[in-house]
Amino acid sequence: MSDAFEIRASGGTHVEVHKFRGGAIFAVVLASLVLQALVPLYIPKAAMLDLPLLITLYFGLSRRNPATGLVLGMVIGLVQDSLSKSPLGIYGIAKTIVGYVASSIGGRLDTEHPLSRFALTIVFFGIHQGVIVLTKRLLLAQPEVWFTTQMGIAAAVNAVVAVGLFFLLDRLRRS
Amino acid sequence: MVAIPSRHKAIVLLTIAVVAQVLLLAVQIKQDRRGRLIRVWTVTAVSPFERAGAWCFGKVRGTWNHYFALRGAAKENDELRRERDALKLQLAELQSKAEEADRLAVLLNFRKLHTDVPMLPARVIGASADTASMTIYVDRGEREGVRRNMGVITPDGVVGKVIEAYPSTSQVLLVTDKESGVGAMIAESRLQSPVGGAGEPLLQMKYVGSDDPVNVGDRVVTSGMDRIFPKDVPLGTVVEVKPGNPFKVVRLKPAAKLQRMEEVIVLLTLHPLEWGSPEAKQESGAGPGKASAPRATKP
Repeated sequence: MSDAFEIRASGGTHVEVHKFRGGAIFAVVLASLVLQALVPLYIPKAAMLDLPLLITLYFGLSRRNPATGLVLGMVIGLVQDSLSKSPLGIYGIAKTIVGYVASSIGGRLDTEHPLSRFALTIVFFGIHQGVIVLTKRLLLAQPEVWFTTQMGIAAAVNAVVAVGLFFLLDRLRRS
Repeated sequence: MVAIPSRHKAIVLLTIAVVAQVLLLAVQIKQDRRGRLIRVWTVTAVSPFERAGAWCFGKVRGTWNHYFALRGAAKENDELRRERDALKLQLAELQSKAEEADRLAVLLNFRKLHTDVPMLPARVIGASADTASMTIYVDRGEREGVRRNMGVITPDGVVGKVIEAYPSTSQVLLVTDKESGVGAMIAESRLQSPVGGAGEPLLQMKYVGSDDPVNVGDRVVTSGMDRIFPKDVPLGTVVEVKPGNPFKVVRLKPAAKLQRMEEVIVLLTLHPLEWGSPEAKQESGAGPGKASAPRATKP
């Protein structure tokens, strides 16, 4: 069977849900937040990476439980907000939505193939960015631009990193 | 009581989560508060990991860099190579310490030249978790007397200002952030105009009239008008001047190496400062109207 972009029928089919080793999610989330704060100090270009987003996306797609996905996204987003200067909720709302949507479609799409992971990361990066811009425009009245070339490059870089990162995170799954 | 069908539970939870965060945003905007308690808890919980990570990164980087310096010795026999590896790693560690000592010597010398300005050296331990903003974390906080709106500099120039002080950590808004602004002037002509960040590595000098004389290469220093930074601290050098109406587009390269900072200095005062005592100025050779760039002498 081809393993690329397989779309499953949602009604009555078996949906595989991945579980992880004890403490793995907590450790990975903490590591992503610490690395997000540290790596740009040594490699300034790495600031375009959004590791917490990739982690939210990975666990959302793997766990395939919308409630878990959105709560994890909300917690990661709020911690990210707390460690930045933006008002609490900007990243929280964006990652809540990413967590929810990722875990909702995780059971309908093949999310194991590197190409599908690459494409999904670009799409979710766009959704995440779109929600942030919308929130800033509507709630903070900040004139944010919807798209820049830099964002496009950042989406592609995040997608490339996601393919490798997700492969590593697959090792943490409980067989 | 109305039961929620199980298939709708997730969407109800999503709605609650989003609405709660929208309300949280609204409260912050309405009361101009920044959810300080949550931030204090989070920063207190995460900063030990950041400190540990910064320490490990420094060690790994030093070891990594100097490992490659050893590649030329690969043809040596195994015993000599092992011995050389060990010595090289030891040397790397010593070099790293020597470089750190040099940097600290520069800071110390800088501090001696400006004894009247209360300063606190601090180590950079993290960057912003938010990819859109330009902030850093330093390892000094309220316990050491750091407060919001205190200036942060390096011997090279202005870094930014403290926007949040936690018990043992502080968050610094870099001068390159879009929300940043510093009172500035051209060092030679004394033409005053605020300088702000643009969310990119270069700074922008705003409100420079189309008739005002500004040239590429002009040095820009603080004017002291923002009451955060003392007068005449180096801010940057003009690298681009474009005509505009009514204002020119003037872009500066920051004087401080904002992308490669390990130590900074927090100006421990909220009162306007005069830069350096007369003796210090005389010693440093920075007279009135000149940027008082520190002269580092190695011990």
